[in-house]
This record gives sequence, structure tokens and C-alpha cells, in this order.
Amino acid sequence: MPNLLIELFSEEIPARMQARAAQDLQKRMTDGLVEAGLTYGGARAFSTPRRIALAIEDLLAASPTIREERKGPRTDAPDKAIEGFLRGAGLTRDQLEQRDTPKGAVYFATIEKPGRPAAAIVAEVLEQTIRNFPWPKSMRWGEGSLRWVRPLHSILCILSTEEGAETVPFEIDGITAGNTTRGHRFMGAAPFAVTGFDDYAAKLKRAHVILDAEERAGHILHEAQNRAFASGFELFEDRGLLAEVAGLVEWPVVLMGEIGADFLDLPPEVLQTSMREHQKFFSLRNPKTGRIERFITVANIETPDHGATILAGNQKVLAARLSDAKFFWENDLRTIREKGLEGMAAGLSDVTFHNKLGSQADRIKRIEALAREIAPMVGAKPDLAAEAARVAKADLQSEMVGEFPELQGVMGRYYAQAAGHDDGVPEACEEHYKPLGPGDAVPTNPVSVAVALADKIDTLTGFWAIDEKPTGSKDPYALRRAALGVIRLVLGNGLRVSIADIAEKALGRSVFAREIAIARQDDQPFMADDLERNFPNASIPGEDSEKVPDLLAFIHDRLKVHLRDEGIRHDVIDACLAMEGNDDLTLLVNRAEALSAFLKTDDGDNLLQGFKRANNILTQAEEKDGVEYSFGADVKFAETDEEKALFAALDSAEPEIASAMKAEDFAAAMAAMAQLRAPTDAFFEAVQVNAENEVLRRNRLNLLSRIRTLCLSVADLTRIQG
Amino acid sequence: MTSQTARPRSFQDIILRLQSYWAEQGCAIMQPYDMEVGAGTFHPATTLRSLGTRPWAAAYVQPSRRPTDGRYGENPNRLQHYYQYQVLIKPSPPDLQDLYLGSLKAIGIDMALHDIRFVEDDWESPTLGAWGLGWEVWCDGMEVSQFTYFQQVGGHDCHPVSGELTYGLERLAMYVLGIDHVMDMPFNDPDARIPLSYGDVFRQTEEEYSRWNFDIADTDILLRHFQEAEAECEAILTQAHHDPKTDKRIVMAHPAYDQCIKASHIFNLLDARGVISVTERQAYIGRVRALARKCADAFVLTEAGGYPAP
Repeated sequence: MPNLLIELFSEEIPARMQARAAQDLQKRMTDGLVEAGLTYGGARAFSTPRRIALAIEDLLAASPTIREERKGPRTDAPDKAIEGFLRGAGLTRDQLEQRDTPKGAVYFATIEKPGRPAAAIVAEVLEQTIRNFPWPKSMRWGEGSLRWVRPLHSILCILSTEEGAETVPFEIDGITAGNTTRGHRFMGAAPFAVTGFDDYAAKLKRAHVILDAEERAGHILHEAQNRAFASGFELFEDRGLLAEVAGLVEWPVVLMGEIGADFLDLPPEVLQTSMREHQKFFSLRNPKTGRIERFITVANIETPDHGATILAGNQKVLAARLSDAKFFWENDLRTIREKGLEGMAAGLSDVTFHNKLGSQADRIKRIEALAREIAPMVGAKPDLAAEAARVAKADLQSEMVGEFPELQGVMGRYYAQAAGHDDGVPEACEEHYKPLGPGDAVPTNPVSVAVALADKIDTLTGFWAIDEKPTGSKDPYALRRAALGVIRLVLGNGLRVSIADIAEKALGRSVFAREIAIARQDDQPFMADDLERNFPNASIPGEDSEKVPDLLAFIHDRLKVHLRDEGIRHDVIDACLAMEGNDDLTLLVNRAEALSAFLKTDDGDNLLQGFKRANNILTQAEEKDGVEYSFGADVKFAETDEEKALFAALDSAEPEIASAMKAEDFAAAMAAMAQLRAPTDAFFEAVQVNAENEVLRRNRLNLLSRIRTLCLSVADLTRIQG
Repeated sequence: MTSQTARPRSFQDIILRLQSYWAEQGCAIMQPYDMEVGAGTFHPATTLRSLGTRPWAAAYVQPSRRPTDGRYGENPNRLQHYYQYQVLIKPSPPDLQDLYLGSLKAIGIDMALHDIRFVEDDWESPTLGAWGLGWEVWCDGMEVSQFTYFQQVGGHDCHPVSGELTYGLERLAMYVLGIDHVMDMPFNDPDARIPLSYGDVFRQTEEEYSRWNFDIADTDILLRHFQEAEAECEAILTQAHHDPKTDKRIVMAHPAYDQCIKASHIFNLLDARGVISVTERQAYIGRVRALARKCADAFVLTEAGGYPAP
């Protein structure tokens, strides 16, 4: 069986697209071939900056012949019908077969689709693949209309067997497939012909191209580690950067350079960010000094001077970059020395946060007030939380963050330390943005937690105040992420706080901010003055208070998504959400986890059925009788042992559950509930609730209501499905 | 002229080599456009000529102004007035990358010693309503050129596609000549009877323009000029194509485009004066883009724009 080799050779493919492109080539080709009847043994795809390639082993040499039998009209059917059948089958009447069936003589056609040689099928599938290739961005070039990621130059497409290789006849927009390719742009010589995959990979290597991106990455990592080790340094491993760099070179040459002594005192994050983002350098740390002192760059060429010119150039570019960074760092430190962090933050009053909510400085005041209120709930000192909130965003005004926005927070920590802040304040400057996403760590330092919560809740109430809630897939202010941040901060730290209370306080300030912004925009200074005089705390409490439950519902929705990811069903969460105190997220989740575990047990599931049965009977009776059965069940009217046993079980479970609930020990409450399962089952087995005797019936209904009340005190089981 | 094999010795040497290299490749060597522009792309030889079906090949130096980049001549790399070298070939030839590498060789970059890389960098100009795909070209980690295949200009799909090369001349020359501060770069030959550095030529003007750009330019006048240029551009384009005086069909795409260029530069000046807020910025850019679009619409109705369509 032949092997197929395809290479699509183009101008430089963006590094971030290469791996995916190789996978897409493999998937689209193999899907198309299999659909056309060509099965295969194995397939592998490859990418370099200038090519994507696919090697398929043991492909069928031709697709199998397919025979299909079709039943046609009766032989005495009108000519029109028979002609139609012939057209559909592509046959003439003499090729049909007559067969007797219970419905009379009927025509049958046997259609034979002959197999086709692999080359013809490969050409068709390749054309479809190239024309419909899912590049994230594609382009045209020259006078052509073909689209590719960058101009496509040549196509290699061969089928090879032990007898030799044959080029698949194929042409697309003036490019004719052949059996040749090219090596490295500068180190490869003339184009060369190949006879199969092994020959291809070997000749490429001779022409200074490593075909396999994994191999290139492995080589880079190995060499970089060796260089680092030999000089007594440690390599900062960076998977993302490694993959990117492996996509920028066909022949990686690892070079190690020095960072000028002038720059060694810059924070390591600054060195690393500048080197990674701008130059694609890896950082090397000196374990003795703890500083980043060297870098690794990966060139795409071997030179007679062993990279000396390349390294000198790279060092020069780096020095220019780091001079900028050092200039920013020193300017920022000078600003802090002269004016303090608050001085640095002063410019934030000119930065608009949102035109309906005022400036960043206004927002920081709100966060400060809220952080002060939250502090005691999370074990932080109010003054420290307020101090941290005041300076946490000062670094947004620093020159360094202006140049490297990704360093926001990190620079805040350095600058807070430089300004003499202590006691968790510098950490809060860095951590108050966290957690940024589902995978990001949750801060635990109490000052950080207070400011982080205040930051996120203010964001939420602010956009709620101006009716900018997320809709559908649109969430331009990342409010879902903010809500998830609140949830993870609370749960991650086991905080016992009322989100509704905090949100209410925050909303009052957000509404004030909105009103001031409106007043200022309308150019009526007296209105703004009035507002400030009437609300000296910069808060309008109670206004728009319906937004608090709405926001809480939004947070609950995010919590459902979060818990679903943790394996808790949405109806279980609904059952707990229906209980009082549902804005205490820790309590809510404890309850949901206990209930979820309980329902997975046999007792739990059966008790649920018992509860539902009791509830149904009760509801029907209550509807029919127009009364609520809730009180007065008396054991003296109990007739059977089962009935008496249920009274006894309830008598013992009720106080047990009540005290467990008081202690918020949901597991113990559920365990106590589990003891009701057997007596409840036995009761329903032996006793008819709707007895003839009205006294007995009422008593039994009231007994059921005890089960209902007890169960509902733990969670709203009516919401559980199944 | 310096021989092509020896290393270049001055800024102008590099420009001259690029000129003669691209002349040899068959480009029309054009002169800079006689208006203030932010980049070589604004020259009608690029913006307008990349539209329509007629083939085109041009190369030129374009003095470019970016008022916000002024540093009073003190920063080693930043200037408010600098030079770009621009090449535009339509349709883009299949060997454009090789032609480009040939130009680096022509200015003394030895491909065997340096690490040349094509790193993804897609280009777009919100003011021109233009975008393309391509790379920034790195030489030993330094960006030395922008390489773009135009896909759309003035809101029009480019058919055929033009290949555009832009060299930042000062940065490239500093690298080739081994100079650390732009003002120290020899402008003419260091052994000339009167050797002049880049600083001799431009330090004073950088200072003067930096002060004017940042602090003095009269923003009321600029705002009025912006509106006038916008109005004039639109007025030109609403004229009938038939000229009653000559009885000819004359679509005035170029005069209208001049007004678009003017509006764009005035916007840059206003930006440097810090009188444009973040939200206004988008609105101004949108207004210039609307002009560019209308000029492009007009250009494709001219002979140079391929009218009437074959």
C-alpha cells in the first residue's frame, strides 16, 4: 500500500498558527480520504515557519468498487416512470433485470461504482482542503484569488511504494504539485526531489530544517538548559515562549547573552517581561544573587562567527529596550520619593473609569470606603485595608505600567514597598486584581482579600447602577469574571459575609457616582454641589435598592455555573438557594455540598421520594379541603405500629436536626434526616393516609406535615428533580 | 558614489543604495510627496495607486511627521520628523521576499552573518481604512522593516494585491552604521570636505518643532483647518465628473485626497497638543477614514484607477 506525503510550502506562517494548521491539514485530508473510501494505516502532521506537511502511511491504492442494487417500477409501469428510473440509475433498459415479486414483475438495477485510484482522490481532497482551509486570517496575493495564510509557493504531493514515487497530478491557481521542496532560506542550497517521508525528513535536515516542532522545541530547551547549567545559571522555563520560538525558526541556534550591569537592579519581572514580550528571550537567573543576569536568544542560522554578530545586535536592541525600562523605573521611584504613592495616583482623577461613573480616582474612594467596611469581616485591620485601597491602583499612573500594561499590580507591589508601606499593603497592591480567571489563585492575605472584594463588588454595583449588565455573549466590562472573583474570594477563604449587605453599601456609592456624573455632564454645577452637600458620605443609600436582589441573582447564576463545574446539580443548588441567608455563599455551598452528597446515598434518594409523596398527598388534600395541615398530629390517634414508629422517629429527629441546623452542621442534619427514611417507607407501606375516619385522616395529614416541615428546614426539597 | 561592495558610510549612502537597488528592480523612483504626512503609506503613489487594476511599481523616500514622538532631539531613537523608505509593487511579485532581502544586501547586511526573520505583524491604518497581512522583519532582534500584502485600502478590496515595503531609515541606518544616538549618525560621508551629522541637520528643527507641536500650535486654528479640509474634500468630490470648460471627464480624486492628508496631519497635531479626549479620538479617526474612503471611491473612477473597468 502506498504512502502519501504532502507539503504546502509558503512564506512565513505566524508562529501561533502553525500547530493548529498542521492538525487541520491532517484532519481535513484524512476525513476527506476516508469519506471517499481510502482508508489508511497512520498519519502525522508537521509544521515549520515555512511549511505544513502531512505523511500518511498505508493508504489504499484505490477506493473499493461499490455495488448497489435499486428496486425500480413494475415492468408494466408507464414509460415515463421507467425512463425516470433509468436516468436516476444511469443505465439503459437492457441493463435492467426483471424479477417476480408478490406485487408483480419489477425492474431491478445493479449500479456499480468502480473504485478510483488514490491519486485522483488525493487531488480532489487536497483541492478542497486548500480552498477551505480554516486559517484564523488569510489573504490573497499577486493577481490570484486563492487564499492562504501568506503566499503559497509550492506543493509537494507524492504517493510512494517500494517500486518508487509518483507525483500526484494536481494543480491549483497556477501552482502545480511536484516532488521537490526547499530547505533553509539561507543555509539550504537548491531545491531537491524526495521519494518518501523518510527521505524528505532526512534531506530537510541536511538542508538545515528540523521538520518536527517538538524536536525543535526539545532541542532549544536542552541547549538552553545546557548553556545555563555550564555557566551556573538557572533557566526560567516558559512553555508558551518555547512553543512560539520553535515556530519562528527552522534551524534553532541557541545563543546566550549578558544583560548589561546597568540593568541588573531592575525588578526581575520587568526584565523578564521586556525580554519575553519584545525580544522573545528566555531569562536566566543567577542562583547566588537571585537576579536575572543572562538571556537566551534563539537564532535561525549558523554563522562563521558563531553568532557573535547576531548576539551583539540582540544585546544592543535589548540595551535600548532596558534603557527605556530603567528610565521609567527611576522616574517612577523619583515621583514616589517626591510625592509618595498618593502623589503618583493623583493623575487618576483625570482618567475616566466610565463616563457615567466618573474617574478612576472617584472609584478608588468608593473602594477605599468599602474595603474599610469589609475589613473586619475578613480579619483585616480597617485602616490597613483603606490604606491599601488608596494606593493599590497608583501604579496605573506609573511610566512603567504605561509601557508594560501586563506589569500592573506587580509594579504596584514594588512601588508600595519603595514608598515604605508594609503590613500586607504591598501584597494587596499586586493581589487585589485576583483572581483573574477560573484558574488564577485566590489571595488569602486579609488586606488583599478586603481590597479585592471591594474592587470587584464596586465594579458590579457600578455597572448595575448604570444598567450595563452583560447580555448574551456580550460582557465588555468582564462582569461575569468579577462575580466569579467574588465567589472564589468568599469560598476560597471560607468567609461568612452577607453579600447583599456589602452590595447594598456599595450600590449607595455607585448611585451617588452616577448622579454626580450626570450632574456634571449636564453642566449644572449647582446640581453637583447640592448632591455633595446632601450626601456628605458620597452615598445615596436605599436608592435603586431593587438592584441588590438582581445583582445577587446574577452572582447566584455564576455560582451555579461554578458549582456545576464542581459536579453539583443545578436543582440541588436551587433547593439551597430557596433557603434563607442565601447571600452567605459559604453557608449556601456547605448546604449544597451536604445535600448533593446526601442525595447520592440510598437513604437520601429514598427519603426524597418519601418527602415528595408526603408533599403530594398534603398538597392535594390542602387544595381539596382549603386548609393547611400543619399542626396537631397526636400519637394517641396512631393505629398501627408503623404510624407510631414514625411519630417516634420524628420526635427524635426534630431536635437533632434543629440543633445541627443551628450549628450549621448540614452533614449532621442530613444524617438525622436519613434516619427518617425507614419509618417513612414503612408508614407509606402500611398506612392509608386518606382514611374514611376524618379524625384519623386529619391526624395523618398533620403527621405528614411534620415530615414536610422538617425536611424543608434543611433545604427546599420540592425543587429537586426526579 | 561608494562602491556597492564596500560598507556604507553615511545615512545618505544607505538611501542612495536603496534608490539604485529598487531602480534596478524596475521601480519608478519617485520623489517625496510635498505635503506633511505621518507615514510613507499616505503618499498617493501608495494609497491611491494600490487601488484599481493597473500595474504599478514605485519606490521613494518619504519624510514623515509624528508630532507626539518629538523628544527635542534628545532621545537616541525618537524623532517627530524622520524618513521612511517605501516600495509599492502591484501586483505583488512572487519573489518579493527575495527582492527585499536583496535590498538588505545592497545596504551592506551580510546574510551569512545576520539573523533575518519574518515575524507576524499585521498592518492596519484606521485613518486610511486599510489593512494587510505580513510581517515585521527582524535583523538580529531589531525591527528593520514592515512587509505587507495590502488586502483593503479606503474600504476597497485590493485586486490585484500590492506588496508594500516600509523601511524606517534612521533606525536601519543606525544599525548598519553601528551608531547609538541618531544625532551622531553621519549624514554625508565622514570624509567629505564638510562632514555633517544627522544632528547638524536636524537637532535644531527637532527642538523647534517639539516646542511648537506640544505647546504652541494654536488649537483653535487647527480645529478650524481640520473642518475646512474636511469640507473642501467633500466639496471637491461632489463636483460633476464632466468639466464644462474643457468638455472632458475629470474626476478630481487627487486634490480631494490632498485635503484628506491635510485633515489627517492636523488631527495628529491636535493629538500632540493633548486636546483630543479618548472618545473624541475615535470620532476624529472615523472622520478622516470617511474622507479616505470617498477619495478611494473617486480614484477607482479615474483612468489611473482602472476606469473604465476592462
